Amino acid sequence: MDNIEQIKINTVVNGEKVEAFVEPRLSLVDFLRNELELTGSHVGCEHGVCGACSIQVDGSVVRGCLMLASQADGADVISIEGASDAGIVADLQKAFHERNALQCGFCTPGMLLTSSELLDQKKNPTRAEIREYLSGNYCRCTGYEAIIDAVETVAIDRAGSSHNGKS
Amino acid sequence: MANLKEMMQDHILDRPNSYIGKSVPRPNAKRLLAGRGTFTDDINLPRQSHVAFLRSPYAHAEIVKIDVTSAEASPGVIKIMTGQEMAKICTPWVGVLSHLEGIKSAPQHALAIGKACWQGEPVVAVVAKTRSQAEDAIDLIQVEWNELDVVVDMERALDSDIPVIHDELGDNLTWQRNVDCGDVDAAFKNADHVIEETYISNRHTGVCLETRVIVADYNPGEEQLTVYLSTQCPHMMQNLFAKHLGLEEHKVRIICKDVGGSFGVKVHSYPDEYATAALAYCLKRPVKFTADRLESFTSDIHARDHRINTKIAVSNEGEIQAFEIDDLTGIGPYSVYPRTSGIEVNQVVNLTGGQYKNRNYRAQARVVLQNKSPMCQYRAVGHPVLTLITEGMVDDAARRIGMDPLEIRRKNLIPDDSYPCTAPTGLPFEKLSHHACLEKLAKMLDYDALQKDKREARENGIYRGIGVATFIEVTNPGATFYGIGGAAISAQDGATLRLDAKGNLIVEISVTEQGQGAEAVVAQCAATAMGISLDKVRVITGDTDVTPYGGGTWASRAAAIGGEATVQAGKALKKNIIEVAGIMLQADPATLDIYNNNVVDKSNNTERISLEEVGRICYYRPDTLPKDYQSELVVTRHYVPKQFPFAFTNGVQGCYVEVDTNTGFVKFKKYVVVEDCGTVINPQLVDEQIRGGVIQGLGGALYEECLYNSEGQFLNGTMADYLVPMAVEMPDIEVGHVETPTLESELGAKGAGEAGTGGAPAVIMNAINDALSPLGGKVTRQPFTPERILMAIGKIT
Repeated sequence: MDNIEQIKINTVVNGEKVEAFVEPRLSLVDFLRNELELTGSHVGCEHGVCGACSIQVDGSVVRGCLMLASQADGADVISIEGASDAGIVADLQKAFHERNALQCGFCTPGMLLTSSELLDQKKNPTRAEIREYLSGNYCRCTGYEAIIDAVETVAIDRAGSSHNGKS
Repeated sequence: MANLKEMMQDHILDRPNSYIGKSVPRPNAKRLLAGRGTFTDDINLPRQSHVAFLRSPYAHAEIVKIDVTSAEASPGVIKIMTGQEMAKICTPWVGVLSHLEGIKSAPQHALAIGKACWQGEPVVAVVAKTRSQAEDAIDLIQVEWNELDVVVDMERALDSDIPVIHDELGDNLTWQRNVDCGDVDAAFKNADHVIEETYISNRHTGVCLETRVIVADYNPGEEQLTVYLSTQCPHMMQNLFAKHLGLEEHKVRIICKDVGGSFGVKVHSYPDEYATAALAYCLKRPVKFTADRLESFTSDIHARDHRINTKIAVSNEGEIQAFEIDDLTGIGPYSVYPRTSGIEVNQVVNLTGGQYKNRNYRAQARVVLQNKSPMCQYRAVGHPVLTLITEGMVDDAARRIGMDPLEIRRKNLIPDDSYPCTAPTGLPFEKLSHHACLEKLAKMLDYDALQKDKREARENGIYRGIGVATFIEVTNPGATFYGIGGAAISAQDGATLRLDAKGNLIVEISVTEQGQGAEAVVAQCAATAMGISLDKVRVITGDTDVTPYGGGTWASRAAAIGGEATVQAGKALKKNIIEVAGIMLQADPATLDIYNNNVVDKSNNTERISLEEVGRICYYRPDTLPKDYQSELVVTRHYVPKQFPFAFTNGVQGCYVEVDTNTGFVKFKKYVVVEDCGTVINPQLVDEQIRGGVIQGLGGALYEECLYNSEGQFLNGTMADYLVPMAVEMPDIEVGHVETPTLESELGAKGAGEAGTGGAPAVIMNAINDALSPLGGKVTRQPFTPERILMAIGKIT
């Protein structure tokens, strides 16, 4: 593995321009965590299964462990830190906090970004639809119900609806 | 009467403005929501290096020769170490405890010497500047292996034609225990019905989303080893690293930041963690090890691999007359250090049938070695297994005599008014509430309506089933679990409370946080005991240089033991504050109290002086206090239960499922848990422990299994292959409570972290079997996969 040629990338991460030289094999989540020291995205399974590494790239939530850093050249990347600071997920964070929809918090950044994407796409998802959409994000602590409750609460609040029952 | 009134006013559960019983959000959750937590892998130290391990690709193989020449020349490599060299720095260990009489295991090393005993055992350590470089170098190491015959099937581990894994042990039987209570033979002889069944609990593992991580650093100038570790028990690990690296214990500091799930996986010590600490000591620089997911699957502890033959005697009237079990469990090649791999089966032996009146009980347990990953304690240790067989047997009996499952339990559960009493094996129950829980469950389930719905569905060819499972869950152990057997694991925990100069309260406590909310409930206890508002409290955990010495978080003990230590420290600190406030105010301390951050008149809560002002005077203007008086605004108190060896919680779970007899899929229609964890400190956190615990238990019952082939090769070491519960398939869970506080502590809490997990496999099995019963089918082997369900009803063979 001598003299691996580094690839130059230009990307925008959480609104900041980033120019970097990366190994071809470096994953996007390792790039964020180890090169940019944005440690809010987590590495859980390294197989694109658990969703702990979820990152928003060009408006879509992707698996940071399945995308290479070199593929982020020219992309607009938002990690949980950026989404949090920009207030994009503020109502979700508040609802998760109040409902205790997190325990260890390792899956939480991915849950928030994926939930945010769902609510952008669908204004009034049913509980079943929320469960379906979040099924690519594993949580070992909560058993999911509190997370579903929190997302449902935000959906209802955003829609300004008075409907409050579990379906 | 005045005394009684005064006593009650001072009691933690009767404080004005109490936070006990309130669902306040966790203060530490905000940083996790913002992506600003600090998990151990988030920590990077100056001059940090990374270690990766060459692990055995074979389940059992002699290490003939290791050639590291090419690897040493690989870019970035700092150090390569094999077992022999490692053994000069880190001494081996043997996972036995004296109170598990006769348990034996072999010396285990941080890196294997001579031979490897399971696929995934660390053999060579490579330290490099980056993890990638360390892994690149591992690819260049040449190891000559001599494959040995393997012990895979635990049923055959004791056969004469099967190799003995450790010659010095003589055989593969690491421990056995027999108990025989009452007159079992007579009971079976005279019984109207005897039902025999074999249950199989599958080997599975914790799958913490955050894998095990350690960053170790050694400063030779201070002779200090600092270890950042994702762990449940900092002081235990301090002791172990010091002991095996030959360091002074006070020169080892364990720092535990945010922990991304633990579930018992992180309460044990691991060879690769010793190796990482040893390498940091040797290299005098930071070394990080982060297990990747495959390493996690093959090196984290596994659990619950049991085959249990069961036998129950029951009368025509539904009286349970005897239980008999024969449990065989395979624990991998070593008993895990320092807690041993005997505790899980010990719980099964101690507690099977323990919620019932029956006194005739016989158990045989054998623990055998095999060439698979080591097995040890995982959330609800043993309870998922013992509840599965207990409640499986009770349903077997009910089905045989045609009795309703609730009715047979009503008839046989220990009556709520007969405490204190003991289990047949002698374990003491202080006070449990089986019947109150059962009746509450029946109501919450709307049991009769479900029975009606089930009957109607069957007429339409739809197979629905109701499952019920009662349980007991042992919590809050004193020294009886580990200390008595020689393990350096603290049974007591301590809390130090400090009032600062601004009237804030800093709590340093030896129990740890893994997301369950320990810090929140400790803050609630402190705030309540002190009369301070929650926003003024800051809780610090997970640092052996900072907190009192203690056991950490396991066995559902953080809230109950840590909470009580906090309550007692809070009361003592309050007394000190009132004393000094009395001097400042020239008032009798007996007339003062603390309420809402102020010292107040006890009679009417009128503010006399704020805590901030007390702090200011004590710290900045002690010259204004009498010359012979010294204020003390720091107090430490410890707590360990002494009257009982441990506490018991109890409860009952019920669920309603629909089984698709064409696909074998199980769909939840209703899930209810009623549990009694004593005083509920934070209802929301307790409910979420129950829910999360249930789902983890259902994972093991329905999906999760560590699969091996006949060569001992792990077959499903990715999360794409090893299935854990997903949001889409899991039910909403209704949680109800009965509160029977333990009288041993003032707080009365008994712990809630494991009860959900303990009862879940039994309830889902019973529900599936109720649904399948009209078809003559029954599942008894976990996980209850669609394939096994279809086989049970003869749809496939």
